[in-house]
Amino acid sequence: MSLAETMTAPAAAAKAPAAGDAARAPALIEARSLSIAFGGIRAVDDVSFSVARGEIFAIVGPNGAGKSTIFNLISRIYEPTGGRLVFEGEDITNVAPHSIAGRGIARTFQNIELFEHATVLDNLLIGRHCRARPNMLAEILFTPRVRREELRHREAVEEVIDFLDLANYRDQRISGLPYGVRKVVELARALCAKPKLLLLDEPASGLNTEETEEVAFWIDDIKNDLGVTVIMIEHDMSLVSAVSDRVLALNNGRTLALGTPAEVQSDPAVIEAYLGGEAS
Amino acid sequence: MRILFKTSYLDDIRLFQHEGQVLWYSLLALAVLAAPWLLPVFYVGELTQIFILAIAGVGLMLLIGYTGLVSLGHGAFMAIGAYTNTYLITKGVPFLVAFPLAGLAALVAGIVIAVPANRMSGIYLAIATLAFSQIVEQVIVRWEPVTRGFQGMAVPPPDLLGVPLTQGWQLYYLALAVLALVVLGAVNLVRSPTGRALVAIRDSEVSAQSLGVSLFRYKTAIFALSACITGLAGALLAHRMRFISPDAFNYLMSVQLLLMVVVGGLGSIHGAILGAVFVGALPQALAIMREYLPSAIGRTPGLEPGLFGVVMVLIVLFEPLGLYGRWLKIKALFDYFPLYRRATFKRQRSYLKTERVR
Repeated sequence: MSLAETMTAPAAAAKAPAAGDAARAPALIEARSLSIAFGGIRAVDDVSFSVARGEIFAIVGPNGAGKSTIFNLISRIYEPTGGRLVFEGEDITNVAPHSIAGRGIARTFQNIELFEHATVLDNLLIGRHCRARPNMLAEILFTPRVRREELRHREAVEEVIDFLDLANYRDQRISGLPYGVRKVVELARALCAKPKLLLLDEPASGLNTEETEEVAFWIDDIKNDLGVTVIMIEHDMSLVSAVSDRVLALNNGRTLALGTPAEVQSDPAVIEAYLGGEAS
Repeated sequence: MRILFKTSYLDDIRLFQHEGQVLWYSLLALAVLAAPWLLPVFYVGELTQIFILAIAGVGLMLLIGYTGLVSLGHGAFMAIGAYTNTYLITKGVPFLVAFPLAGLAALVAGIVIAVPANRMSGIYLAIATLAFSQIVEQVIVRWEPVTRGFQGMAVPPPDLLGVPLTQGWQLYYLALAVLALVVLGAVNLVRSPTGRALVAIRDSEVSAQSLGVSLFRYKTAIFALSACITGLAGALLAHRMRFISPDAFNYLMSVQLLLMVVVGGLGSIHGAILGAVFVGALPQALAIMREYLPSAIGRTPGLEPGLFGVVMVLIVLFEPLGLYGRWLKIKALFDYFPLYRRATFKRQRSYLKTERVR
């Protein structure tokens, strides 16, 4: 990926005013000097950003920059050593990890964490878990209420299946599916939770150019049709500049630059991190 | 092959997917209902034993096969169920009250072990549950005022509303009824949100959590439920054995239960039943076979446990999916006859998973 090529992309320039509007809207999620250290390594060091409702926010950076760690902090898999996370005006720095989905934050994983031995349909139905209030006793008796709820969840899942065109794979087991389809199923599972904020960890990794373009359309649809705010980690700069409103560039856990895709790509510190000192 | 034409979402929810299944399960139900009239008393007793093992197997399957938590201590829950039931009945409590209380006692024990077990997984959990079963065994040995220690306890026959069930066929129907209810409950559970949450925990804890599944809540609940079902099986087993002592439910029982679910096929209720039939009937089948062997071989001592072990090793070696997995393969072969490929069920290396967040 050549930086010079994407820097001049007209799409990126056109996004700039939209980003200005987004910055004024109330923040959906805000990270205030977020930090985490594993032993002596500061994986994320004093990173602050705020993402407005309806924005597509990209996080870029070289390997080991701390991008996925930020996601794991938001989904509360990791305990931050400093800083706060505020979602919809509420502090979520110390809430239980399983309560995150119910608040409206869904995510995908860098290396696909699907339930291998279940069908696509079952995987998507698990995505509905945070919208269900299961009562074990009623389920053992399979009361009419449980049946009604099942139908309701199924309808919600079918909407997502239509949206992402997964009908052909509905009854197949994950263990037999190709990589590209798994990525889509994971995205679908996250959407089944009806999130307000979607965290996409490298949605285009391992996909070919065509599939990447498809992902770009989907991300646009997710934002425009479903009204979901998206934070994504991505290496593919063409995808980043095509869809994202603002970009956060990280290196060694620290913020390098924050701004529109064009601004970030022309930032001397970013170019230095990617290409080495001479480039600036 | 049968092509299912689905017209409603209910088609994916109902218990039987098509008429063929209704037919076969009805025939099976008729066969087990008629068995006491058709079979000699001895075999009715053996079938009762298999049903009781199957109840415990379903309980353990929910824990191991669906949630992926290994327990080497389920014999202890059987013991707790058996002793609670027997003690209450000898104190004059009717069976219909004592039996659920036996399940409840095992359920409480399940919660007690589940709370620390939440912090463990895999081999460590297996060791912890094994230790738990040793503790229970020692408690039974020492708590003589209640359990009579090594003297053991005679188990009075169960009574239904004042009618004592002394005959073999009565216990047979009792065990069958409990098994049917337990299987129905388990099948209902695994087709509802809780069942899917359990599978999610088994396949990826991280992603289950990020979808809103509380690991603590579901692991504790399934441990409790599994212990409860196993406790009920223990109570019935006490009635079948008519005499209980601490060594009736030692670690060998736990291992036998574990064998059942692994041989039957992890991750399916069918597997628990098939495993119980296999583990319960194989020693008997081997004993019968022995009579037809040349006397030089047939009289060898220890032939049955030896052959039993060999068969187990062969199954685990050549059919890791268990008996139910083998059945699915045979079914697929007929369904897709000229097109069947062996690779359909081949285990493939799964894509790299995030190890770091574990």
